[in-house]
Amino acid sequence: MTAFAALFRRDLRLVLRRPGDVVVVLAFFVVATTLFPLGIGPESNLLARIAGGVLWAAALFAALLSLERLFASDYEDGALDLLLLAPGALELAVLAKCASHWIVTGLPLALLAPLLGVAFGLDGQSLAAVALTLLVGTPTLSLIGGLAAALTLGARKSGALLALLALPLCVPTVIFGTGAIEAIATGEGFGVHLAILAALALMALATLPWGIAAALRLAGE
Amino acid sequence: MTTAALQVTDLACRRGGRRVFDGLSFSVKGGELLALTGANGSGKTTLLRALASLGRADAGTIVWQGADIAWLGHLDGLKGDLTVRENIDVAERLRGVTPDRQRIEAALASFDLAALASRPVRTLSAGQRRRTALARVAASQANAWLLDEPFNALDMASQKSLRAVLAQHLAAGGLAIAATHVSLDMPGARSLELGA
Repeated sequence: MTAFAALFRRDLRLVLRRPGDVVVVLAFFVVATTLFPLGIGPESNLLARIAGGVLWAAALFAALLSLERLFASDYEDGALDLLLLAPGALELAVLAKCASHWIVTGLPLALLAPLLGVAFGLDGQSLAAVALTLLVGTPTLSLIGGLAAALTLGARKSGALLALLALPLCVPTVIFGTGAIEAIATGEGFGVHLAILAALALMALATLPWGIAAALRLAGE
Repeated sequence: MTTAALQVTDLACRRGGRRVFDGLSFSVKGGELLALTGANGSGKTTLLRALASLGRADAGTIVWQGADIAWLGHLDGLKGDLTVRENIDVAERLRGVTPDRQRIEAALASFDLAALASRPVRTLSAGQRRRTALARVAASQANAWLLDEPFNALDMASQKSLRAVLAQHLAAGGLAIAATHVSLDMPGARSLELGA
């Protein structure tokens, strides 16, 4: 647990010392989502209908932007060797890195999304659904992205490869996240969608750290 | 410090269809320093990584007894945005060990890094970064040091410091294996030439 906390704190400290990386991700999210209301114009019905899809897709692309560096800097400076040699479980180290990634991307995206949702004319309940579904769903994106980042470590054009690997795996999360907001529009609750998103997050949590650790061990050889 | 021992038997390694080394057998015990020498591409780093379980061997066995390994790779393994002291502190915590402040300060002093301890590593020269990575190894409470080209980028004074730290480690019963092109003539040292 000491090693987990040390790695988690180290990664957060590194982000705080170089906040530009996170600012770029959040700026991309803001710019990408606000383009839609600007492009479509004041058609509130249409904007409200596409809001869920736009916010979720933009959040996914924004999260992917930062995932390429999740393990790449440790690979490039040799710190990955120290992680591989640490006596604790590598799976826990992986979890620490994905958790810190979520804290600096998933969490701010979930908090920012309702503010952007106002531009789409979403009502209070839909704005809450946007925030809640992103809060529950973005950890899955961090874990899936982590797997893709580990598998593409050291590859040329790893950013494009990462997107190709991660995007299809993120589809179920995006579908249920978007579906939650549509469900509110049709008068249904979004509890079921939220539960499915939580189940997907738990499945990712229970399986992906082992896959990521295996990919890191291969990359280290 | 508990004593570590290493026994390697009939080790073979191939990379990309090429035999890097074959039938390699040797042993190292506490108080000994084994210098891995040989031309570029002779397999020094490959062997060192296999000994650390960072790489795989194709045949043979590697048996460690009572070893707690500290690693210095070809790359320094330092985070540029952390200070010298923070890098050493985090490395110890990643090894699951509570950092020993006295050991850290002593290691910093050994490599003449005390004045640089609060500086971010990205502001240091290549030699200063190498000294920081060496201080990380020296500050660890590990009894088996695996060092890949530890003398890289070091000036004469730093090379002398490294020899002194290595001698101290061996005297305390630690073992060290170093891939190097530099001659290591000190008590307890012997060499294994690869590709010979």
